Amino acid sequence: MTGPRQPGEAGRAVTVVEPTEVTAASGPATAGQVIEAAVPAEAAGATATLRVFRGEAGQDTRFEDFAVPVQEGMVVLDALHWIQGNAAPDLAVRWNCKAAKCGSCSAEVNGHPRLTCKTRLSDLDLAEPITVEPMRSFPHIRDLVTDVSWNYAVNRTIQPFTPPADLPQSEWRWQQADIDRLQEFRKCIECFLCQDVCHVLRSHETERPFMGPRYLVRTAGLEMHPIDQADRRPYLKELGNIGYCNITKCCTEVCPEHIAITDNAIIPLKERVADRYYDPLRWAWRVLRGRLPELPVGRELPVFPGGQPPAASADPQADGSEAAGTSPPERRDEPS
Amino acid sequence: MTGQATSLRGILKPRGTAPTGAGATSRRDDWLAAPLNVGFWLAVLVLYATFSALVWEPVFGVAHEADGYLSPFYAPFVSGEGFPAWLSPALVTLWIPIGFRVTCYYFRRAYYRAYLADPPACAVGEPRIHGRYRMENALPFILQNLHRLFLYLAVVLLAIHWIEVVTSFFPASGARIGLGSVLLLADITLLTGYVSSCHSLRHIVGGRLDCFSCSTINRTRHGAWKILSGLNANHMVWAWASLFSIVLVDIYIHLLALGVLVDPAIRL
Repeated sequence: MTGPRQPGEAGRAVTVVEPTEVTAASGPATAGQVIEAAVPAEAAGATATLRVFRGEAGQDTRFEDFAVPVQEGMVVLDALHWIQGNAAPDLAVRWNCKAAKCGSCSAEVNGHPRLTCKTRLSDLDLAEPITVEPMRSFPHIRDLVTDVSWNYAVNRTIQPFTPPADLPQSEWRWQQADIDRLQEFRKCIECFLCQDVCHVLRSHETERPFMGPRYLVRTAGLEMHPIDQADRRPYLKELGNIGYCNITKCCTEVCPEHIAITDNAIIPLKERVADRYYDPLRWAWRVLRGRLPELPVGRELPVFPGGQPPAASADPQADGSEAAGTSPPERRDEPS
Repeated sequence: MTGQATSLRGILKPRGTAPTGAGATSRRDDWLAAPLNVGFWLAVLVLYATFSALVWEPVFGVAHEADGYLSPFYAPFVSGEGFPAWLSPALVTLWIPIGFRVTCYYFRRAYYRAYLADPPACAVGEPRIHGRYRMENALPFILQNLHRLFLYLAVVLLAIHWIEVVTSFFPASGARIGLGSVLLLADITLLTGYVSSCHSLRHIVGGRLDCFSCSTINRTRHGAWKILSGLNANHMVWAWASLFSIVLVDIYIHLLALGVLVDPAIRL
């Protein structure tokens, strides 16, 4: 190990440190120390200093600095792999596709939630150390890896796709115009960057759970489906606590798939909840009608060949594109 | 998805390791600039609107109408007859656009960030005063759900305002194209863009439908929804542009009333 080094010095590899000796010889590094390793001569050129969050849950954590030779087109995940291969083989990093499609390599680069495989070093100021931290909203496991299992628990609470029970899948019909907006939601790669940056999940200890932007997107995709029969508005209001979202759009800003999460998913869902619970005209109309059941908003079904539009599903085991869950479907036309 | 559906109630997110406290962050960019900038300009415009509507005429006696032009803060025109001298007739209608803007999805984001620091910026720590966070699940912010009520009223107000703007081209002295009329036309155009790009309007027009192709009416609503969605993508721009234009037109009309400016006009 040597002291801090200046950008541009990387290729010379002043001190060679065997990978296995790095942590043992140096002990916990502190900010300002730079861990180096042998660098191939052909890699000579600019250097980036990566300041990486290290440590295990429940133990003292720290930042360690690594000088990494920079090559054209290099992304932060490449730099982390270089560190694994040359300086710290025990560095824990979750990754898979390296193509911004698996959503595994989420982390915080210079404080911004990002996919490390999609963050080019050339877009960062290499004169300063590049800080790489795990997603801070979730419990820490080790180094850059966090426990995101809570998200999957939330996912299991959402009423699955609920098509008409008596309509075989071969008879499902809809037009492209009906699903254009849903296809935007299906781009989600579940990187959980939106959950990470959401200040409700990040900074508040709420009395009740908040499902977070990722699952509001999923719910929007189900609610707006042309043949889905379920009404998830009571769930959104009472259990998902959509009211906790104060639409500050951080989720939209960090989405690597550029899904307009706030404008196209969350706000439309808030409006659907308002349809049922807060619309003064609809409320007056229901009172005038003697609190008759709410009109079946948004339940206009296509005209199916060979028969009448089917009744709503009573069978949760219907053959859905997403495997049907076991929760009973709620009817969209239930009395409010 | 597989597995037994469960209740979300009780599944609280386990605590993470995000730094706590106001402004705590690893970000190195100038994240404070945006909320300060937004907060400053919002405060300037709100203070000016308050001054114009409540102080300028009742206290300083500067008329809100000049040469056939009516200040947009007073539109639609409400006669001051019967009002005590200290009370501005602007208050009769001004609560509608104020309510519409306060509950607007864009301005909510703006003032939550700028004034409540909730959050001040993305991935930046918040003051600890937000410990028992309920936001739009409880009073007072649950009232933000009344945005569509203000939308209904704002649409009516906008229609009346359009009539007034057109009328400004045809004063009693004869038809004219005055700078004031042009400014009022620009202002009402921006206001129309702001109202048309409203998230609630977009939802009511077509967003609440699940099936766009199911009937002729739905297909028509889908077409309108697509147009409004295009406008909605720039809702922030419409919001600020219309806010600035109101203030500029109001200043222009008050300067006419003070005799500082003379309205250049082509008489027809």
